[in-house]
Amino acid sequence: MENRSLIQRLIARAEFGPLVLLIVELAVFWGINPDFLSPQNISNILAFTVELGLIALAMTLLMTSGEFDLSVGSLFGFSPVLMWTLYNSGVTSLELGLLVALVVAAFIGLVNGWFVTQLKIPSFLVTLGMLLVVRGTALFITDGFPQRTWSAEGSWLANMLVGDFYVGPFRVYASLFWFIGAAIALGYVLTQSRTGNWIQAAGGNPNAARARGVNVSRVKVGLFILSAVMASLAGVISSLRTSAANPNSGTGYELEVIAMVVIGGTALTGGRGTIIGTVLGILILRVMRNGIVLIGVPGLAYNIFIGAIILGMMALHSWLERRHQAGT
Amino acid sequence: MAEPLIRMENIRKSYGRVQALVDANFHVNEKEIVGLLGDNGAGKSTLIKVLSGAVPLTSGDIFIRGKKVSLRNTSDAIAHGIETIYQDSALVTQLSIARNLFLGREPIKSPRFLNRMDQDAMNSVARDLLRQVGITKNIPPTTPIGSLSGGERQAVAIARAMHFDSDLIILDEPTNNLGVAETQGVLSFVRSARDSGHSCIFIAHNIHHVFQVVDRIVVMRRGKVVADDIDPKKTTVAEVERVITGMSDKEIRDAIADGRQQHG
Repeated sequence: MENRSLIQRLIARAEFGPLVLLIVELAVFWGINPDFLSPQNISNILAFTVELGLIALAMTLLMTSGEFDLSVGSLFGFSPVLMWTLYNSGVTSLELGLLVALVVAAFIGLVNGWFVTQLKIPSFLVTLGMLLVVRGTALFITDGFPQRTWSAEGSWLANMLVGDFYVGPFRVYASLFWFIGAAIALGYVLTQSRTGNWIQAAGGNPNAARARGVNVSRVKVGLFILSAVMASLAGVISSLRTSAANPNSGTGYELEVIAMVVIGGTALTGGRGTIIGTVLGILILRVMRNGIVLIGVPGLAYNIFIGAIILGMMALHSWLERRHQAGT
Repeated sequence: MAEPLIRMENIRKSYGRVQALVDANFHVNEKEIVGLLGDNGAGKSTLIKVLSGAVPLTSGDIFIRGKKVSLRNTSDAIAHGIETIYQDSALVTQLSIARNLFLGREPIKSPRFLNRMDQDAMNSVARDLLRQVGITKNIPPTTPIGSLSGGERQAVAIARAMHFDSDLIILDEPTNNLGVAETQGVLSFVRSARDSGHSCIFIAHNIHHVFQVVDRIVVMRRGKVVADDIDPKKTTVAEVERVITGMSDKEIRDAIADGRQQHG
């Protein structure tokens, strides 16, 4: 097995399919509309990419451990609403408001994890329930109206999270660096750290992990908290960048994020996950969303392409998996 | 007589009103392979689960080398040198051989706060262990467990128990679903574990496999240990089967005849 050629090993990797797809996508869009690779458009793609991307990175670890979280989209909407409500009513400063929002998110993640690990309820049902609770709360405390957000200009917090500057012709938001940092950190955790070994074992064979003394419940609860906090942070970043805090924002993001993760090669059933794959999956979907509009396909057709990509990628991953299991 | 490695006294375990273990007494000596036999529901697996910390006992005492211990969970049991290899749940198929070997006890590179596994050390130990346990084929330690055969998987699990100096290795149905050659392989891994100073409890439905490898046979029936000193060299498979079922030859023949009538 060790003497296989470099190319064969590259092709056998779960990230290979997504990489090829991304390259094809870029080539096709660029071929049809050269503006696609203009600095302005690339800057646009990256700004949106980061916000969903932060959630997808955390979701990758959670899904590797065999669980997933449907409540991330509602937290994406709820956390900025909470932060701005606290700030606008004069209860806290903006910074403290963010801190409160993150702590509340961590608590929500803890509750998700507790229901899943202690009451043994599938994460689908637990986080679906939580989705409704959190979204409902956001709508209730705002009466369904967007919050005032214009006073963030110039605050150090806003600069740190979404301050923008130009690198050559590219407009870059600070959040891009947060995303890159998170990707490196979580990639390291998953592949190099012992925690990563436990995450994979928890998803692959929880009984075996438990028999080796790995605290599977603690690993999963920790990842539910991480997922909730990242969704909350992503929501705040998005809100600061667009100067909007709408209680409905983030609706449907949970499915898009899960799609990004599985397209990248992480198994929905757990045990196998890849951060590099997820980064590719994030780019594939964001580039698709941007590109089809740019080449003149009606935006409403977007979901057709996404669906087709998911099906195609799943077929590829399952084929690779079967080859892998056969030991060839 | 020397104090045994493990001594379990008057072990009771009830699940609600069901009595799974009724005053079971059991012991394992140093460097000994004990075959644990019994019909379905005799209490073998419950006894093993109690000993491996997977279920708490209702009452009774467990001694290791004469010292009373309490095994509240699997980590406790592992800390006391008791390693259990369950039939299907021993290994994570997605992880590599080396990552499985060290799961839960991964060596860490310094600086420790980075929590980084020492994968080079893990791979090199894994390579040595596979050779030691008797796998001659060249299998890289980074191979996922999913692409190994059933016998090779057992070898990895046994190698792990040997590496972590477990005093007692419990093997639950290690030869199930294995071919003839693979079964012989696993039996030789068990012998090599004993020869390097480990004790084993060997549970198998196939009495012939038990006879080939164990030093002593213990039989359970209805939650009790009914025989604990059968020497496989001085008895026959048929004799042991009688002890397992608790029936005389004639009763066994009648039972078989009854079965034929019912199925006919």
